[in-house]
Amino acid sequence: MREESRVREEVMSRKKIRILVAKPGLDGHDRGAKVVCRALRDAGMEVIYTGLRRTPEEIVNAAVQEDADLIGLSILSGAHPILFPKIMKLLKEKGAEDIPVIAGGIIPEKDIPKMKKVGIREIFLPGTSTQDIVKWIQDHIPGVKKK
Amino acid sequence: MGEKTPKASNSKPSFKNWKKKKYATNAEADVCLPKKVFTTVSGKKIKEIYTPADIADFDYLRDLNFPGAYPFTRGIHPTMYRGRLWTMRQFSGFGTAEDTNKRYKYLLSHGQTGLSVAFHLPTLMGMDSDHPLAKGEIGKCGVAIDSLVDMEILFKGIPLDKITTSMTINAPAAVLWAMYIAVAEKKGISPKVISGTIQNDILKEYIAQKTFIFPPRPSMKLIVDTFEYGAKEVPRWNTISISGYHIREAGATAVQELAFTLRDGIEYVEWALERGLKLDDFAPRLSFFFNSHNDFFEEIAKFRAARRIWAEVMKDRYGAKNQRSWWLRFHTQTSGVSLMAQQPYNNIVRVAIQALAAVLGGTQSLHTNSLDETYALPSEEAVTIALRTQQIIAYESGVANSIDPLGGAYFVEALTREMEKEAKDYIKKIDDMGGMVKAIELGFPQREIADSAYWYQRAVDKKEKIIVGVNAFEMKHEPIPILCIDDAVARQQLARLREVRRSRSQAKVKQSLEDLKKAAADDQNLMPFFLRCVKTYATLGEIMDALKEIFGEYQESIMF
Repeated sequence: MREESRVREEVMSRKKIRILVAKPGLDGHDRGAKVVCRALRDAGMEVIYTGLRRTPEEIVNAAVQEDADLIGLSILSGAHPILFPKIMKLLKEKGAEDIPVIAGGIIPEKDIPKMKKVGIREIFLPGTSTQDIVKWIQDHIPGVKKK
Repeated sequence: MGEKTPKASNSKPSFKNWKKKKYATNAEADVCLPKKVFTTVSGKKIKEIYTPADIADFDYLRDLNFPGAYPFTRGIHPTMYRGRLWTMRQFSGFGTAEDTNKRYKYLLSHGQTGLSVAFHLPTLMGMDSDHPLAKGEIGKCGVAIDSLVDMEILFKGIPLDKITTSMTINAPAAVLWAMYIAVAEKKGISPKVISGTIQNDILKEYIAQKTFIFPPRPSMKLIVDTFEYGAKEVPRWNTISISGYHIREAGATAVQELAFTLRDGIEYVEWALERGLKLDDFAPRLSFFFNSHNDFFEEIAKFRAARRIWAEVMKDRYGAKNQRSWWLRFHTQTSGVSLMAQQPYNNIVRVAIQALAAVLGGTQSLHTNSLDETYALPSEEAVTIALRTQQIIAYESGVANSIDPLGGAYFVEALTREMEKEAKDYIKKIDDMGGMVKAIELGFPQREIADSAYWYQRAVDKKEKIIVGVNAFEMKHEPIPILCIDDAVARQQLARLREVRRSRSQAKVKQSLEDLKKAAADDQNLMPFFLRCVKTYATLGEIMDALKEIFGEYQESIMF
């Protein structure tokens, strides 16, 4: 009992996890991104959604300006081999490489090792339950950024 | 321990007694006809059995009539598939125009009967391949078309007077259509004889697919321009394919797909009448495009209800006199979003069931998805299986022998009616908002769809809806071979674009673009101007950029 209330207290004192959900690429398939946004919000997180067709520069700037704890990328157009490394490179240039990046969408399995190598922490493929994404975030993202 | 035989009963046959008769005790009845609610993939409640009581006031001639007769519930043609099978039309395009031209010839040589062009995303967005946002996208989701040169290569050696071509293009549809007309003219084929379809349905872009460029009002103007031009100059062309497909894929229920699509159709009719076009001149060229999802009977009922509602709208609401204006002709594509990455060979079965529903629903043409499309554009082997699926339905299953074979079934008729009613309620709601453009500006259909998508995902997460191989019956599977677009495609395309820009007359291009802008500002019909532009080899991006100066660009309000 004591352990449980201690954990609860810690959760209460945290600020909400702040997530930037972004859609790079030219495709307009935003069903998945929007469903994930809602699920994260329902799980008590703060979600900022960029809207469609954002350039790597726009995404990185938004993440820095919004002080995001995490970036979630959704792409279904097949342009991830070009766009993901670009985003990771820009994050580094801005000194924001400590913001973890996860991704979802249509990403062929053979591309996954390459994407992880450039620094994408996790890739959620079609069929993933929203609860699995929520759990991953809770397990990997500390609630409070040390100021 | 032996099985309990149901208790005999002397009571009269009735629904109530049927339930009692079969099951001796309440406990047993609970097991056998569980109180649990059964729903379609759209969340629509389905009863355990349908009887004559569910269609009590059914009137054959009023509600169904014969195929080819109002309200066309059983089909728009008197002979349906006995006269001619549906068109087997696989949506296809990838890489460069040369790559896709080869695939077209392959499909035509294997019994496909019409072409359907998939453009890559930069083309769909009206951008040239050298646009900064095109980086990484060239040839990926479809074929790269920047100028008339690409279009000439795409249709090289294909008889445009003998086949019909459907082009999935929306915001820049009028320009791509102008390119097609120009290619036909260069081959010595009159625009009067070419036939096919441009999707040209911008409303569903704002609602669902999101490849929009201009704001709704100038976009609607462009579409009415194509209606007006087509009716006079390209009379066998379907100038629009009013599409529910993408609305469904974005998460809509079957009823929402039905309702929003038909209300979009009404919106186009309203705008065309506003321009002063005569209803019976353009209405026969309106065509539709629906999704066929997993829930077999719900889909069949949707197609039947669609025909009935549209016939009534055209005849009673608008007073169309030409019977062809009453017809809802439609293309169907099986549901992309229903395909699963897990155990991908199962997708063949899903596609077969969905295709069967489309055929039993009386579709005019059909695209069957390939098993590998959750990963990439289809490989040649996968697309062949998809085409063969249609051929097996057509030639082996026997379902095409009799017209609307499910007509009269209590369940199917009751479901058709229910969906008709629910769709009409939505249509009325949107009428009351002041029409679809208004409803889109208010975010109404977008919100309804997002809500449905979220409801469905939650149902899957909670295993209230089972997806085989995903949240049940899971297992490891071997990776399947998938089509990869070589980086060489982008290099080739960019080189060709540079060559086009270098070799054309810049003065002519500039003049044609200036004329276009002036005509747009003066609110003239822009089709003749597009034709002039493409013939000077102005690129798609240049043409759309010129129009953006006059029309502006659409900014979507962000919501989830």
